[in-house]
Amino acid sequence: MNFDVPRIPLGDWIEAGLDFFTDHFSGLTRGFSSFTRGGISLLNDGLMWVNPWLIILAVCLLCWRAGGVKLAVFALLGLGLILNLGLWDPMIQTLTLVLIATLLAIVIALPTGILAALSERFYRIIMPVLDFMQTMPAFVYLIPAIPFFGIGAVAGIFATVIFSMPPAIRFTALGIRQVPGELMEAADAYGSTRSQKLFKLQLPLSLPTIMAGINQTIMLALSMVVIAAMIGADGLGTEVWRAIQRLQPGAGFEAGIAVVILAMLLDRLTQALRR
Amino acid sequence: MSDEKAIKIRVKGLTKVFGDNPEKAIKLRDEGYGRTEILKQSGQTLGLSNIDFDVYEGELLVIMGLSGSGKSTLIRCLNRLIEPTEGDIVIDGENIPTLDEKALRECRRRHFSMVFQHFALFPHRSVRRNAEYGLEVRGVDSQERHKKADDALKQVGLEGWEDAMPSQLSGGMQQRVGLARALANDASVLLMDEAFSALDPLIKREMQQELIELQERTRKTTIFITHDLDEAINIADRIVLLKDGEVVQIGTPEQILTAPADDYVARFVEGVDMTRILTAEAAMKPVRATARDDDGPRTALYKMRENSLESIYVVDSERRLLGIVTAEQLGKAEGVESIRDLVDSDCPKVGPDEPLQALFGMFEQRNYPIAVIDEQARLKGVVVRGAVIEQLARAGDKS
Ligand SMILES: Nc1ncnc2c1ncn2[C@@H]1O[C@H](COP(=O)(O)OP(=O)(O)OP(=O)(O)O)[C@@H](O)[C@H]1O
Ligand SMILES: [Mg+2]
Repeated sequence: MNFDVPRIPLGDWIEAGLDFFTDHFSGLTRGFSSFTRGGISLLNDGLMWVNPWLIILAVCLLCWRAGGVKLAVFALLGLGLILNLGLWDPMIQTLTLVLIATLLAIVIALPTGILAALSERFYRIIMPVLDFMQTMPAFVYLIPAIPFFGIGAVAGIFATVIFSMPPAIRFTALGIRQVPGELMEAADAYGSTRSQKLFKLQLPLSLPTIMAGINQTIMLALSMVVIAAMIGADGLGTEVWRAIQRLQPGAGFEAGIAVVILAMLLDRLTQALRR
Repeated sequence: MSDEKAIKIRVKGLTKVFGDNPEKAIKLRDEGYGRTEILKQSGQTLGLSNIDFDVYEGELLVIMGLSGSGKSTLIRCLNRLIEPTEGDIVIDGENIPTLDEKALRECRRRHFSMVFQHFALFPHRSVRRNAEYGLEVRGVDSQERHKKADDALKQVGLEGWEDAMPSQLSGGMQQRVGLARALANDASVLLMDEAFSALDPLIKREMQQELIELQERTRKTTIFITHDLDEAINIADRIVLLKDGEVVQIGTPEQILTAPADDYVARFVEGVDMTRILTAEAAMKPVRATARDDDGPRTALYKMRENSLESIYVVDSERRLLGIVTAEQLGKAEGVESIRDLVDSDCPKVGPDEPLQALFGMFEQRNYPIAVIDEQARLKGVVVRGAVIEQLARAGDKS
């Protein structure tokens, strides 16, 4: 049973497509690149410049205000440990990448999600695309990022934004679609315009759902940023990567624990802010 | 009386078909098929069919019908929350179905305030911010709309709750907020879709009473939907009765109760407590004869004998009721020139709206009929004991 079916050159087609993009949209990619790089170094340098203890204090205060004493104590111990292990600078680098990637993801996801909620046709187009984006193995996104942006943080951010964006889009659309029809009817009955309905009703009412999406986006961004160390996005991932190459399990786990601490802090903090 | 009144909204030939092929449904309808047959043949639901009625300026019009009769569809066609398939809805010279999006929005802002069955309050806004919503979307500045919202809240008895959130309020209070939102808006017509149906009976009564008082005070044109006949009778100036998307009867509560247009209406009326609903006017008979105050005893006695009466009502030249005299009194009177001095002015009399139930008690004390008088004390008719029972029996038979 040996049919001689020629192998479909799927990979070749994709490469041709990518080449086309890099050739014709280099202006765009370069613009994005310099813009993002500027943002990264600004935020990174800023955070590095401030005394670590001052940052820890500020984070503890925020945690205490938003989530109570327990969260504040956890922040103090966790961040203290990271500082003690000498992982402060890579942690700040990772945090910078996560923040910028999340910000970009939200900027794209909110309007996309709103559009998906308001237009049935767009919703039907975008949902399979999101499924595809989320089931694709994470580091496959690293591959096109390199021809677009070269090795480094910007390529990492690009891959991270693509990987982490779907939940924010999904939850935004979901939240808006969940606004009860009766309330929309009331808004219509009193003569609201489309944008009045959006800003006075749909967005405020879906805010908790949107925040849940953003929380997931942050978590995904963090996991992706760590992986993006493979293409030169420096941070805690780089420490793990280096430990693997040098067969230093201890150092690898230390960096891993730092990632977990950061993840838990970001998670609890965004959840607390939802309320 | 009705043709003196100004018409606020005129609904003409209003039809609504739910489905993707309204032409087919309308064609079947015009061939004389009913709702179920149309659904079977074309898969289209005939929500409303050829509805005609007028809404008078300042009246409280109740639209009543069983579940599925098309009440919600009808009220939503008025402000086009549901797009009518055919027909005209003219308000102050504007034909609503023909308006474009912008004009429709203006029309909704100017003409329609709506109160919903399940309140439909905005949960993220305070009571005041809910009440001012209609003004807010119209771009009224915040000071003015605060003032109007607070005024409206005061009218519905929610002073002091302005900053509470809707979730902190009971059902009855939430619907007061819904009402305040409608009142603050100052639109010319109030639409209420089963506004009190979700409230428990006691609160419901209270709200009905307040609505009646409010409506009498402000004379705002109100269209109120209910499936509850008691409620309709209690608050309506006029009732439009719907059945399977068609109007079966339009009339005052009195007309609907005493002269049901068909079996459907009669069945509807069945459950109502007649003694509470029927009024003196329904059981009233014309007066066979009256005496004038300047008649002499002889004339009065003659009139009574001619009409085989034992007592006679005495009225003045404007037909205002002065009282009653009996044959016995007149027989004893010697040398009296007019009967004026013999009149017993303490005779039983009621207004036309008096419930029949109240009349029962009055019959126990006296044995002569009860006079029905209007606001100017003019004699309109009499109610005799037998007529009350007869009326109740008749209403019972019909159902
Ligand atoms: N969107 C719709 N699509 C199809 N059919 C509908 C739709 N809305 C209403 N209908 C049908 O139209 C008819 C009238 O419905 P409507 O909601 O106006 O009745 P109603 O008198 O308000 O009843 P209720 O007392 O239950 O609220 C019903 O047969 C209903 O099934
Ligand atoms: Mg209804």
